[in-house]
Order: sequence, then C-alpha cells, then structure tokens
Amino acid sequence: MQLESHIPSGPLAGKWTKYKADQKLVNPANKRKYSVIVVGTGLAGGAAAATLAELGYNVDSFCYQDSPRRAHSIAAQGGINAAKNYQNDGDSIYRLFYDTIKGGDYRAREANVHRLAEVSVNIIDQCVAQGVPFAREYGGLLANRSFGGAQVSRTFYCRGQTGQQLLLGAYQALSRQIYNGKVKMHPRTEFLDLVVIDGRARGIVVRDMTTGKIESYSADAVLLATGGYCNTYFLSTNAAGCNVSATYRAYKRGATFANPCYTQIHPTCIPVSGEHQSKLTLMSESLRNDGRVWVPKNASDIGKHPNSISESDRDYYLERIYPSYGNLAPRDIASRQSKKACDDGRGVGPGGRGVYLDFAAAIKRDGLSKIQEKYGNLFDMYERITGESGYKQPMRIYPALHYTMGGLWVDYNLMSNLPGLFVLGEANFSDHGANRLGASALMQGLADGYFIIPYTLSNYFAGVKPEKLSTDHAEFKRCEEEQKQKIQKMLSIKGKKTAIDIHRELGHIMWDNVGMARTKESLNRAIDKIRNLREEFWSSVNVPGTNDDLNQALERAGRVADFLEFGELLAKDALTREESCGGHFREEYQDSEGEAKRDDEHFCHVAAWEYAGPDKEPVRNVEPLNWEVAHPSKRSYK
Amino acid sequence: MNLTLHVWRQKDAKSSGKLETYPARNISGDMSFLEMLDVVNEDLIKQNKDPIHFDHDCREGICGSCSMMINGMAHGPERATTACQLHMRKFHDGEHIHIEPWRAKAFPVLRDLIVDRSAFDRIIQAGGYVSVNTGGTPDGNAIPVPKENADTAMDAATCIGCGACAAACKNASAMLFVAAKVTHLSVLPQGSAERRERALRMIQQHDAEGFGHCTNQYECEAACPKEIGVKFIAKLNREYIRAGASSLVRRESGAGDNAG
Repeated sequence: MQLESHIPSGPLAGKWTKYKADQKLVNPANKRKYSVIVVGTGLAGGAAAATLAELGYNVDSFCYQDSPRRAHSIAAQGGINAAKNYQNDGDSIYRLFYDTIKGGDYRAREANVHRLAEVSVNIIDQCVAQGVPFAREYGGLLANRSFGGAQVSRTFYCRGQTGQQLLLGAYQALSRQIYNGKVKMHPRTEFLDLVVIDGRARGIVVRDMTTGKIESYSADAVLLATGGYCNTYFLSTNAAGCNVSATYRAYKRGATFANPCYTQIHPTCIPVSGEHQSKLTLMSESLRNDGRVWVPKNASDIGKHPNSISESDRDYYLERIYPSYGNLAPRDIASRQSKKACDDGRGVGPGGRGVYLDFAAAIKRDGLSKIQEKYGNLFDMYERITGESGYKQPMRIYPALHYTMGGLWVDYNLMSNLPGLFVLGEANFSDHGANRLGASALMQGLADGYFIIPYTLSNYFAGVKPEKLSTDHAEFKRCEEEQKQKIQKMLSIKGKKTAIDIHRELGHIMWDNVGMARTKESLNRAIDKIRNLREEFWSSVNVPGTNDDLNQALERAGRVADFLEFGELLAKDALTREESCGGHFREEYQDSEGEAKRDDEHFCHVAAWEYAGPDKEPVRNVEPLNWEVAHPSKRSYK
Repeated sequence: MNLTLHVWRQKDAKSSGKLETYPARNISGDMSFLEMLDVVNEDLIKQNKDPIHFDHDCREGICGSCSMMINGMAHGPERATTACQLHMRKFHDGEHIHIEPWRAKAFPVLRDLIVDRSAFDRIIQAGGYVSVNTGGTPDGNAIPVPKENADTAMDAATCIGCGACAAACKNASAMLFVAAKVTHLSVLPQGSAERRERALRMIQQHDAEGFGHCTNQYECEAACPKEIGVKFIAKLNREYIRAGASSLVRRESGAGDNAG
C-alpha cells in the first residue's frame, strides 16, 4: 500500500498558509447539503462537531457517555501549550515545533507538528473568547507555567482542571449548535462498525445503550475522535469506558493503524494499592514544577518515615542525572528512571513500587498558601485516595499508562487511507511521535477540532458531491447483521469467567511484557499469551442479561473482545520496531548510559498496519519520515 | 470488612423498583465505593445474576458520571466527594448501606442506579455559553480580566454537572447548577453581553424540566462534591431580577442569534 501524506510543497513554515490559500471551498449555500458523523465528544470531537455546524454542515454527534460533557478530556489536569511568548522568555512557534519534534524522538511528521505549533496561538484566543476561566495575573493578563520537556513557560492552565474547562468550552459551543438544530446529539450510543461502500467511508453502525437497538447512520464523511487505547493494559489513568473499539473496528474495515507500540507511561501517578484496583489516578505533571523527586540513597532506609531520612541520604536522581531539565525531564525519561530506582530496590511504599515527590522545599520557599493555591485540589485528591497528606510528608508516585501516541494513520488532511474517514485527536497517530510532552494532548485535540478539520474537510467535500445514502443499502444491513451475531455469540457462551477477569489478565500480560521496557522474548511471550486468552474469552466468558435493554456487562465484553485482538497488534508492532525511541524502550537497544538508542537508518518511518483477514498476519506498510528543518539528533536532557 | 447492601433495583423506566439486599464480603478500606460495587457485581455475574447498574467513568472525581444516594446522602457521607472518590475506610465492618438513585422528577430512572440527566444538557443548550464562532477572535490578552473575577469564574465553573444538588434538595431544585454556569459566564467580560437573556432562558428551561424552586435550605451546597457555594444562587437571583420580566426574551426558540 502506498501511503501518501499529501504534505503541501514549499518551506515548512509556509505549508499551512499555502494549504489554506490553495484549498478548495464549498459555497455556504451548498454546505447545508453535506452531512458529517462525528464519533466522540472530547476536545477533538466536541470542537469539530461545533465548528463544522457553525460552518453550516449537518452534524450527527455520538458519545457513549450520558452527556457529551463527560468525555475523558475532562479529566486532563495540567495545561495546554501555546507559543504566545507572553512571558518574553524566548518562546516562538519554531521553538514549540522543535520541542515537540524532539520530545517525540523524531518519529512525528514535521509538517503536522509545525501546523500544530502555529495554530496553538489561536486556540488560546478561541478559548478565552468562549469564557474559559484561565488563570490570570493580578494585572488581568493570562498566567503561564512551565511543563515537562520545555525550558520556557508556555503552558496555560485553569487551576488543576484545564481539561475540564477546555472541554466545557467545546461542550458549550456544541450545546449552542444542538439548540440551533445543526447538531443532532446521540448520547449513550456506542460505535459498533464503520460502513465502507466503494472504498469510501459512508456511515456507521451503532448501539443505543439504553434500549440495545442496533441502527445505522449514513453521511458524506465520518470523523472518529474516540481517544486512545490505554485500557488495553486494564489499569491506566483513562476513564473506565475508554476503549479501542471504534479505531480497531475501522482498522478491520481497511483503515491502517499506525505505530500502536507507542504508549506513554506517565511518571506521576498514585501507586497501585491492590488487586481490586479498577484504575490509576494521575497527579498532574505540573507538580514536577515545584515537587522534587527522590528515593533513599540506601536501600536500608526503605521503610523509614520519609521525613526522618536526612537530606544527605536522599537521591534526587532526576536533578542528578539531568541537571538542565531536572524534575522537568520528559515523561518517558522520568518514568524509566523511577522504574530503575525501584528495580534497584530503593522503591518506597507498598510493594516497593513508588518514589517520593516532595514539596517540603517549595513550601519553605513560597509558603504553604502559595502551594495550596497552585495545587490544592491535587493534594486533596491524593489524601482522599491514600489517606496521607502531601503537605506533611512527600507524596508517593509511580508511572502508569496515560496516553497512546499511536492511532489510525492519517495524511496531512487528517484523513485515513479510506477516503471520507477522518481521524482526530488521540485517535490518530500524527503529532506526538514516540512520546508526548506535557500539555500537548489538549493542544492537539483542539487544534484538530477547531482549526484543522474545518479546512481539510471542506477541501475534501469540494471534490465530492453530497449524497443522501439510505441506510437500507445492503452494506449497512450486512454490517448490522454481523454485529448482531457477534453480540448474540457473546451472550450465548455462559462460561465461568467475567469479561473483567479476562481484561485484568490481559492487563497483566501487557504491563509485564509490553510495558516500560520490552524485549524480543517478552513480546513473543505476550503474543502467545494473548492468543490463548482470546480463545479463553470466546469459550468461557459469561455475559449476563440480554441485548434488549441497558446491559453494562455486554458493553464491557464487546470492548474487551477488541482489546484482546488489538493487544496482539500492539505487541507485534513493538516486536518489529527494533530500536528504542520515546515511550517504546527495547532493552536490546540502549546506550552505555541506559538511554534509548534510536536507529534512524532503519526505523525513521511510520509503521502503518493493514488488516489482512481474521487468521492472517497483518501487513506492515511504511511511510518514511523526511527532515527539512529539525534534523534528528541525540535526544539529551542532561 | 463485611457489609450488607440494600440496593435499589429497577429494570427500566417503566417498571417499578424495590430495594434488594446483597452481602459485600472481604472489602478493603483502600477500595473506592465503586470498586466495592465492582466486587459485588463480579460475584453476581458468577452466580448468573444481573449485576447492579450504575453510571461511572473517570473514577477520579471530575467527569460527574457517578450518581447515587448512599445512606440518604448524595455521593455519600464524606463532604466534597463524589461516589468514586469515597473510600471504604470511611465505613466500618458489619455496616448496612442503603444505595439508591438520584431522587428528582426531572431525572427519571433508566435502570437501577442510572438516571437520565439530559435535563441538565437542555438547560445549558438554552443559553449556557458565549455565542462565539470559531476563528477570528481577539488576542487572549486583549481584554484583561481582573484576577478576582477570573478566580470567581473558576470557582463557579468547577461544577461537574453530577446532579447531586438537585438530588439533595427536598424540592428537587437545580438552582445551584444553573447558578454556577450563570455566575461563571456573567463575571467575565466575554460572557457579559448575553447575561440577561442567559439568566432568563436557563431559568425558564430549568422550570420546564420539572425542577422545583429553591427553598434556601442549603442542602445543595452541603451535597456538592465541588463545594460550590449558595452565594452563587444569590448571584443568580440578582442576575434574574436584573434581566427583568420574561417578556424581555427576544429570541424565539430555535433562532440563531441571541445577542442580549
């Protein structure tokens, strides 16, 4: 398969401007003849649905939650980057672009990332105009802070609830369009299948989660903004409902899945407390601005109260190893160093899987009230979960799955290899490379939804005629029937294990073998184990109830079935990428200091997997990455 | 610890419901309330019984999905806490716990503990936004916002729309929810242009959904997991009075322009 990125010609900094100047337009009177399906109502989906409706298109918006306001973007805490240079500290579009490319370990597409940096500036203006209550200085101007992977203060924030406030901005814009009749909202509706007719995405099959009714919707284009696949690992910081089903089922209908092995493990989560645990909770990365990470120098001090361990017996390992970035070292690097400290026998807390995040110095320097003002809700959350006060003793943190950089392959237009299927936000692969820097996910979600898809979708529509396609078409009926049969099969097995039991087992396999460090052996082991577990699912799962009413166990089982297939694809991608880069760390490929060793000669490309059939090996396609401006160099934060 | 749960079971919106009793065994204090329910549900499935249905998603206190009355209190006994952030260390061995869905006519039960809260979405759709299209907006620093206004807006905007305020109110009033959004937008210059019409239309929709009137007993404030204060209801009342009689509503339902 030939993967055409459709990057505009000309110098990097002028590509997006040139694209906008050259793009084809749709006359306003014709826009109302086109229909668009948007699946997902997070930052990318909510912003896209609202903006496309503002332009005049007819939008059907779908989410599995009871309200579009509850998409998981709401839980993002830290902030959103923008190259405003309000602080006069040397920031620029180029610098944000360069940091993002470098942070992604030179595995992202230059043109997409530069465009992201360019529109970051507009995002802040848009959100301010919507009434997003960003933090302000006393003079009334917007406040900024710094974040992991950056040496400038370019992060805008709303206390520790930035994701919530940005999402509410998009949700409110969406609500306005629902009221105006330009968006038809379908909450409590889950995506089941993508309908492809004559090679073009023409609609979707969904299930009404309240009644169990399976029905189809057709449109001139389908947008997936359905987030990432962290929950393949069972435990992650993602919401319980986050799933890979929409993107994975689109993959099975012909969309290629790019770089599934790129997962981000976030360094500042609350450690696991027991097997009952259903999810992990992230402490915002912004805490690393003021908190100092350490473990005892000597394993013999483990078990002592942290306040009783003297300064000279503490190892502030991030400050020691990475003096210029210190505690703000990027997430993959900080996570791996935590794992090393714990592997070294110096981990703290239950099971020895934790490191300290200490605010004592910051409280002494700035005063308790200043720290409370900046991070109060995070400290409260920590205390509620662990029963300990982060003001009185260091918090305990450990890495956890947080974000996935892989996703459906898209070109510069955010269109997959299937014409008419667009993919936005975390669901696509395009902007973060092998690692994601802090405060860049919210930026990409809103960039895609507010400022990129309105242009690129219009460009696509200008080349296709609007067509009202009946959902009585044979392909819709065939897809509906397949989904009904799959559901009936799951309901009829009546085995001994619950879908959650099997999901938890999958999570152990993934974390142990495809986690922070991977080897050829561990990946082969994972693939074998996942295959066995998948067989077990289809022979011994017990899904109670029927498909005629609200059935949460059935919803879960359908998603676990997809994770069980997708997990294998993830491991396979990790196995074939014989290098270390960003969040993908293959132990065989590291330098003498234990840092990730890239292989630019053989792997400076995007790997996009193509589905070949139920029992066939998927095909690995490659899109080479070319460098015009940011030439790959060793990624050093020392 | 071992507990006895008395849980509201209702097959769907049309069926009648009743409390049923289930044991919850070997519960650890580190579990969240929802993780405790997960354990009970896994047992029920293994006995080929229908698990207890409840809304939940982020499980970190911010999405606003989880909604349940625990021993008669919205989100349970701990102050400023959602059900997903309530931990079992707050209960003791042998305790009986009553779990019921939100109580409000405007929140019909869909199944067991799950209610339909789309009334809240319709209230926001009636005017809980700034009418600004994407693109062409002025620089973010072009209109300075005094820090104290930005902080007040943020205090109000922190509402997660969970519905505890209405569930806790004996009159099932959702005034605190409406007040939070009206305050958030009216104290910012960006939201000021539409403040009159916003207050009128959101209140009008609130009443049309079947929520009751505020009785000033502050149950909403006590139940709010985000500690949103009733002072915002006072602010809403001022905004409403300022907006004047409902005859000022110039916009017909469904029209596009709502400049106020």
